Amino acid sequence: MTRRLPSELPAALAPQLPDKIDGPLQTLGAWLLAFLWALPLIYAIWTAFHPGEFSTRFVLTAPLTLENFATAWASAPFARYFANTFMLVTMILAAQLVIGTLAAYAFARYSFPGRDLAFFLVLIQLMVMPDVLIVENHRTLTQLGLIDTIVGIGLPYMASAFGIFLLRQTFKTIPAELDEAARVEGASALQVLWKVYVPLARPTYIAYGLVSVSHHWNNFLWPLVVSNSVESRPITVGLQVFSGTDQGIDWSLICAATLLAVAPLLIAFLLFQRQFVQSFMRAGIR
Amino acid sequence: MKRFSLQLHGWLLLLPAASLLAFFTHYPALATLGHSFMSTPKANRPSVFVGPDNYLTLIEDPVFWRAVENNFWYCVGTIPLSIALALMMALWVNGRLAGKGWLRLAFFTPTVLPMVAVANIWLFFYTPQYGLLEQCTSLLGLPSHNWLGSPSTALFCVIIVTVWKEAGFFMIFYLAALQQLPPVYAEAAAIEGASRWTYFRRIVFPLLMPTTLFVLINAVINSFRLVDHIVVMTRGGPDNATTVLLFHLYEVGFKFWDMGYAAAITVVLLAVLALLALVQFGLLERRIHYR
Repeated sequence: MTRRLPSELPAALAPQLPDKIDGPLQTLGAWLLAFLWALPLIYAIWTAFHPGEFSTRFVLTAPLTLENFATAWASAPFARYFANTFMLVTMILAAQLVIGTLAAYAFARYSFPGRDLAFFLVLIQLMVMPDVLIVENHRTLTQLGLIDTIVGIGLPYMASAFGIFLLRQTFKTIPAELDEAARVEGASALQVLWKVYVPLARPTYIAYGLVSVSHHWNNFLWPLVVSNSVESRPITVGLQVFSGTDQGIDWSLICAATLLAVAPLLIAFLLFQRQFVQSFMRAGIR
Repeated sequence: MKRFSLQLHGWLLLLPAASLLAFFTHYPALATLGHSFMSTPKANRPSVFVGPDNYLTLIEDPVFWRAVENNFWYCVGTIPLSIALALMMALWVNGRLAGKGWLRLAFFTPTVLPMVAVANIWLFFYTPQYGLLEQCTSLLGLPSHNWLGSPSTALFCVIIVTVWKEAGFFMIFYLAALQQLPPVYAEAAAIEGASRWTYFRRIVFPLLMPTTLFVLINAVINSFRLVDHIVVMTRGGPDNATTVLLFHLYEVGFKFWDMGYAAAITVVLLAVLALLALVQFGLLERRIHYR
């Protein structure tokens, strides 16, 4: 972006552009709000890293400890919960990418009777999310014998209208000439998809992947309904079982367990902050 | 023949997505309508057609009406506040302030954290006597108050958590839109000597309208969808003060296992979402004229 106008004028005469907020009052307000926003997390970190008696007393000389993390880790099968979540998230993402790519390709580059109606039917899922259909989907899973399995938790999310929509939009921006050129060379439809479309849509895949992983890592209500054993419970439900049991509420332990549960995602986010923010931006612009 | 095979290809590519969606979105949405007219199957009594009985139960259920009312206040409390804060955050992060990166980090972090986890932290925050909130209010000499335990403040506390969680998410969309505004507008406004407020009100805000609509739709959907923290923090209580529609559905379906009645509540939720979809299409029409 070039801002020609101010540079053509002497510095003293250059009008202050009104599009960028600045000034001490605004800075103060912004920092105050940011502090409020960060406060719950800071509070949890303080409590988790200090002995129980300091969980509500804020003295800078309080001794640091990792004891809470060790105790929390030992008192619930968190390792298993993590493994479950990892499997769940990987499985959903893999299925979403394959199924979504195929469907998006069909919508972007094929014309067949009923295509527009089919696209409309796909978009319905943007409004009628699986979250609302928990009762019926629970019934279906019972009939399939998939209650309390990781596959069962993932199944309703594997075809994602959002993913199909996003990939279709991206595929449509790819010049059809590339497609035709590859076909002239004798490539089959799936080869064209794999060699031309998928590589060119990489930024969309990354953006969608990050959004999908963080969404399903955090998902709670449906897994809560479907899972009822350690073998299938993802970390969100596991955390709730841990902190919800009446073991005499020990906030230091609960905060430590909470931080453990969010750690992988939080660390990934802090490391790849830019990519995360850009992915959420890209996924949101339609 | 060639054309037919191309059409067939198209359908085959679509088949996995279509069958999964049919199985887990379209079928359940229709089946729930049918099941809402059936009784809940019991051990020795299969489900039978009961006509509008489940809907009569619904009309006579005071908890349902409480949930409708709560959901209304939940919408009123979360939607405007989270959108306004999101816009302000975006303007700040897009501005010329010191430590912009840190501001963005602070605002956006709640978005990537699981709602269940942060609800635990907030639960501690609101705890009577020990919680940070109570410590602050007692420093100010205010009387002790059980924030989550009193029907008058519990819903408000839940609303705060929702706003905290989603404002940073909405900020991202505003930020993306702000960064795409052509700088000529600002330059023209500067030449005209427009104040920052006039510039915002007359130029930026109207140009952000499509984003606001998009965010608005998301905020409305979320106000019917986000109940994770209610499960953790209040379980709908005290005295149903924080029971919203989806939470009521969850309790009827998976605590009382009254599947017939749960189907009727699902139908109500689906009707709300369908209405929302119609409104969105209406607004989208206008949004196209905007461009």
